[in-house]
Amino acid sequence: MIDIIQQFWRQFLWSDGYHLSGLAVTMWLLSLSIAMGFVVSIPLAVVRVSKAKWAARAVWLFTYVFRGTPLYVQLLFFYSGVYSLEAVRNVDLLNAFFRDGYNCTILAFALNTCAYTTEIFAGAIKATPYGEIEAGRAYGMSKFTLYRRVIIPSALRRALPAYSNEVILMLHSTTVAFTATVPDILKVARDANSATYDSFNAFGLAALLYLSITFILVGLFRKAEKTWLAHLRPASSH
Amino acid sequence: MDKLIIQNIHKRFGDHEVLKGISLTAKAGDVISIIGSSGSGKSTFLRCINCLEKPHEGTISLNGEALRMQRAKSGELIPADHDQLQKMRTRLAMVFQHFNLWGHMTVLENVIEAPVHVLGMSKAEATERAIKYLRKVGLDERAQGKYPAHLSGGQQQRVAIARALAMEPEVMLFDEPTSALDPELVGEVLKVMQALAEEGRTMIVVTHEMGFARNVSNHVMFLHQGLVEEQGSPEEVFGNTKSERLKAFLSGSLK
Amino acid sequence: MFLYGFGPIIWQGTMVTLELAVLSLLLAFVIGLFGAAAKLSSNPLLSAVSTLYTTLIRGVPDLVLMLLIFYSLQIGLNKLTDWQHLAQIDLNPFASGVITLGFIYGAYFTETLRGAFMAVPGGQIEAGRAYGMSHWQVFHRIQFPQMMRFALPGISNNWQVMLKATALVSIIGLADVVKLSIDAGKSTYKVFFFTTVAGVVYLLLTTVSNLVLMWLERRYSIGVREAEL
Repeated sequence: MIDIIQQFWRQFLWSDGYHLSGLAVTMWLLSLSIAMGFVVSIPLAVVRVSKAKWAARAVWLFTYVFRGTPLYVQLLFFYSGVYSLEAVRNVDLLNAFFRDGYNCTILAFALNTCAYTTEIFAGAIKATPYGEIEAGRAYGMSKFTLYRRVIIPSALRRALPAYSNEVILMLHSTTVAFTATVPDILKVARDANSATYDSFNAFGLAALLYLSITFILVGLFRKAEKTWLAHLRPASSH
Repeated sequence: MDKLIIQNIHKRFGDHEVLKGISLTAKAGDVISIIGSSGSGKSTFLRCINCLEKPHEGTISLNGEALRMQRAKSGELIPADHDQLQKMRTRLAMVFQHFNLWGHMTVLENVIEAPVHVLGMSKAEATERAIKYLRKVGLDERAQGKYPAHLSGGQQQRVAIARALAMEPEVMLFDEPTSALDPELVGEVLKVMQALAEEGRTMIVVTHEMGFARNVSNHVMFLHQGLVEEQGSPEEVFGNTKSERLKAFLSGSLK
Repeated sequence: MFLYGFGPIIWQGTMVTLELAVLSLLLAFVIGLFGAAAKLSSNPLLSAVSTLYTTLIRGVPDLVLMLLIFYSLQIGLNKLTDWQHLAQIDLNPFASGVITLGFIYGAYFTETLRGAFMAVPGGQIEAGRAYGMSHWQVFHRIQFPQMMRFALPGISNNWQVMLKATALVSIIGLADVVKLSIDAGKSTYKVFFFTTVAGVVYLLLTTVSNLVLMWLERRYSIGVREAEL
């Protein structure tokens, strides 16, 4: 293991000498897709539980398709499938976008986590105590204010445990990125494996890296839950 | 001067007519108790006043301004102008049976929420106001940072009353404010409500507490099967009861 | 022509995917039973080993574990056969897939089943003992059926995740529906079409499993009253 660390530590952490690689790429993939998925999932969750029947069904269909198929197949679809279309290659902008493994990876990851997150948030919105919504109405809140001040803040807090789980699953899912030539941690491990034939240590090192990120994320989310879910815990004293 | 005039409210749930034409007029400083057995429609009537329930017939007017209504496909009357409804609701603060405090906000945040985000008041001003009213309902600084779930039912309901007071409303609507409380906590809430009545606040109170209806209010309405069966001053209603149904109701509840 | 003549091949791949998923499920379930028993046992060593297993496995991505186990297992086997002067045994991707998926998801099943065992009220077990049942009878007649009811939602969830995780086994060379779809796409120059086909196959599999699991949950919830809301 020492040999691999000596030879590959820089690649595992942040650079292969020319480009970002390893941990830096994995974290970049994770944070970008999580951020984009989060931002889009909130309005989608609101539509998903709304009375606008057709819009709600459209959102349901989106989440059903993306939650019902493997992320790896979704990535193949964008990276190999979409790019193989003449119609895409003939448009400069689309051609440039889909030729790049990074773009396809981020697109597939963001859509995938957005689908799961939408369902998590929609469930949390549905679980809002009805009396709290009624109180908002009785105090003259508009629909927008009601969502902005009462329903969404309360739902996001309730969703935190499920959401932290989703972020960790997403971290684990980023490992398929190497199939689109993105040099994440696992890609470096594969390079180390083919250079040294020391599979156990090459992949073991990657496993240790992922394990540490998982533990750090779990710790951060525990802290966040302590702050944001204080109102759901039983009183500390008496 | 008449503050609130409610006329001829009808409300159906499906085929069942819950309210069959109920009217109410409240002058400034009136404390009106609405009593009746469960299913008499008293809570539904109160909830029609701020349109949490949509009536099928009737008019609502506050300080001479009538709420504009239009008929929906379902047959209910719905507010024609949402801004008008929202403004009117800010002047008709409601206290709920189950408190309905916002669970993710602290006590202080609950009280300043609507003044800041609905009335558009500055945070500093709203906080000053909130502290004043929290003190009035008997909650000091120590309670301000707590979350509703960490308070007793009686404390939660007092926070809810402070939340209503912070709107400085024209009329306060109380929907069975002590029904969800343990018996030993009822007193602290009733005491606060009595103090408010003595200050000359206009209150409409749906209640099971006959002591409150008799001693604090100046007008009592007894509802039975969606109609006003008997009403008048507490002396008349409790001292010289005319309706047999009210007699039966009172003997049951005044055991 | 339907699927440009690749219909039978896609069907074959779908069957491989299903077989892989079902066999891995069985293995994971058995590992989960032992894992849960170890975790709940009064032997501190057993429960520590089981906790280490679930914590490590669930903290590492399944694809990393898959590659780690696939390559290391082969190298380990080679060492073994060299040492014994035997002919080299090549692990086929299918067997490795079942072993790795079963081993990985065994950790998730351990957690699911542990929770389910703990959810069976202690009084039920005491009642069994009090009527003279043996340990095995209590487990087989009382604990297991009741535990399954509590475990079913978790098992459903694990199955859905595992079914989708089978797609990763094509990365270590298994000719499953994903691999065969990619190959079909390459040889017909219809890559878009065949990646869509792979997606549709998975969507059908998850939809059918959803229906079956919903039916099972209704069947197993006999004797449980749902809270009316």
